[in-house]
Amino acid sequence: MTTPAKAFSESAQRYTADLPHRVWIQRALVGYYVKRDENKNRFQNWQSARDAAAEIKWDAVNHLDRYLEEFVAKLEARGTKIFWAKNAEDARNYIVGVARENKVRSVIKSKSMTAEEIHLNDALERAGFETVESDLGEYIVQLRREPPYHLVFPAMHLTRGQISDLFHEKLNSAPTDNPEDLTMIARRVMRQKFCAADMGVSGANFAIAETGMISITENEGNARLTTSLPKIHVALVGIEKILPKLSDLALFLPMLATAGAGQSLTCYNTLYGGPRQPGEVDGSEQFHVVLLDNRRTELLADAEQRDALHCIRCGACLNVCPIFKNVGGHSYGTTYQGPIGSVITPHLRGLHDWKHLSQASSLCGACTETCPVKINLHHHLLHNRRNAARAESFGGKILYRGFAFMMRRPKLYRFATRFARIAQPLQNLIQGTIFDPLRAWTKTRSFPKVAEKSFHQLWRERKKS
Amino acid sequence: MTNREIILGRIREALKISAPHPAFSEKAQIPSPPNLFQSSFQKWLPPVGETSDEQIELFRQNSENLKTDFRVCADVNEAVQYVKTLAVENHWGKIGTHHGELTNAVARELNLPKVQTDSGYAIADLESCDAGLTECESLIAQTGSVLVSAHSAGGRALSVLPPHHIVLARKNQMTPNLSIALQRAREKFGDTFPSFLSFITGPSRTGDIERILVLGAHGPKKLTILILP
Repeated sequence: MTTPAKAFSESAQRYTADLPHRVWIQRALVGYYVKRDENKNRFQNWQSARDAAAEIKWDAVNHLDRYLEEFVAKLEARGTKIFWAKNAEDARNYIVGVARENKVRSVIKSKSMTAEEIHLNDALERAGFETVESDLGEYIVQLRREPPYHLVFPAMHLTRGQISDLFHEKLNSAPTDNPEDLTMIARRVMRQKFCAADMGVSGANFAIAETGMISITENEGNARLTTSLPKIHVALVGIEKILPKLSDLALFLPMLATAGAGQSLTCYNTLYGGPRQPGEVDGSEQFHVVLLDNRRTELLADAEQRDALHCIRCGACLNVCPIFKNVGGHSYGTTYQGPIGSVITPHLRGLHDWKHLSQASSLCGACTETCPVKINLHHHLLHNRRNAARAESFGGKILYRGFAFMMRRPKLYRFATRFARIAQPLQNLIQGTIFDPLRAWTKTRSFPKVAEKSFHQLWRERKKS
Repeated sequence: MTNREIILGRIREALKISAPHPAFSEKAQIPSPPNLFQSSFQKWLPPVGETSDEQIELFRQNSENLKTDFRVCADVNEAVQYVKTLAVENHWGKIGTHHGELTNAVARELNLPKVQTDSGYAIADLESCDAGLTECESLIAQTGSVLVSAHSAGGRALSVLPPHHIVLARKNQMTPNLSIALQRAREKFGDTFPSFLSFITGPSRTGDIERILVLGAHGPKKLTILILP
């Protein structure tokens, strides 16, 4: 069986050798950089805004029990059904159950990474409910039967030509190379789905404890339709989405838009505080909020990395990550790609299988620098490396111990550097072959030549003269 | 034990070990947490002028960037004339609207079939409207947004289902930023908020195909905002 590490390594190798793909991703991100900086510069003080955002999320996450109880009490008081899901299976079963009980025929979905995390679409489809993604990018990757490439820009890896071919094949539409025409094809298809669907499933960007509301951020209007027309609305919410106060949105909405898509504010930022209330003309008859743990509490228990739960899923760290830009979103094999995915996946899905992601980093720190809520991302990758080393096998431990033993003994170190100079010509003979102990490195790169004289030697000579 | 007890138990267990407080809070120049939470964040967010004229001007600039059709009307008549022009230019056959002081004043002058959402409506009926005419809670200068609610905009769907959304607002509904807009909503509703509140910032859009901006993804392709005295 292929391990996630092996799959990652193979896919990363394929993608990094794919120059057109790399150029494509770079080009797609250039526009984002320009817009992001433009909007950041409109802030009077972006850095202080980040400090404040980090402070607020720290408060929320470190008093999570209290805020969740407040959130739930407010929502329940207004007729919302709350379900606490310990894991993905709990959440899937509950949502499929709601669909069954209400004899739902079709389900319309708005974009939700949490739903991707629990593979909700598969579960609904297997139970016999047609489930359609309504976000354009998500719809495209759903038609291609592949996971989102990026947690904010799901179809950024595709060209208009590929999308036109896809629509032609699946929807029988006329080929076009105009993005507007392609968007209108999806709009027309989706309008029918919206009007027919009897259950809408959404995620949530924020959960406001003080007033008992969820907040959904989007540009297309699909989430608004998902939550307006069907008679049942189910929102799947990770327990870490809490914000203490309604007024916190005045900071978080502009920051999410700026960091996430280089906008001053996303087109629709909508708050839902219950099903249709007395005196209101429309809206869902049933409103279900599914609160998902799914090992978030394990990350919470790691005080050192607890701030990874501050994440607002803006995707800014992906956009600046040299690794993401080269290996591409699909190589990760995770729901959450890029630096944040590499940090949290070992917690959510097990360190043993996902520790390799901690190595998918140059530790340049661009992710930490760009994060609007100041998560210490690249240090957490180091923490995960350390944790993985602690759980290392006997052979690995011997290797690292030996290295440490040598590095602490100057005489031995000097001998080793001298030996390396002599041994290198021999290594050249076997470079890249299976006899080469450094094969992983030398297969695609030449090993740098060991210098004639070490720094120690040069230093000594210099002092003498 | 219920799931609720289990999850809350896990959280309380996890929080027994306290996490390091963000390092920056020790720096003198950052306000201490109590001040931080009381502030309205405005000192860090993009600047907004204090006078009504400055705010309307900022709203106009933002509208231009967002491709919102924004206009200040001298009186109701001017608004009526403008909406009539839109109706002719865009060949409207039917509009959706709701009862309100401003919407009624404009809608009764339009010689078009109407879907009033107030007393309930059929989805297909509203979907076939060419425009939705609504009022709003407030306008936000800083971001060029309009805050609508289930109460002020004829429900949830009227402001998103028809392809052209027209908002009628009073000049005194202009607010500087999101904080003040939310505060006003709180003053108005107290603890009984409507089940739906939405900040609308420009017409519906997407960049999902090659990051190229396309207006009218699923919601309105056009957004018109008219300010009356």
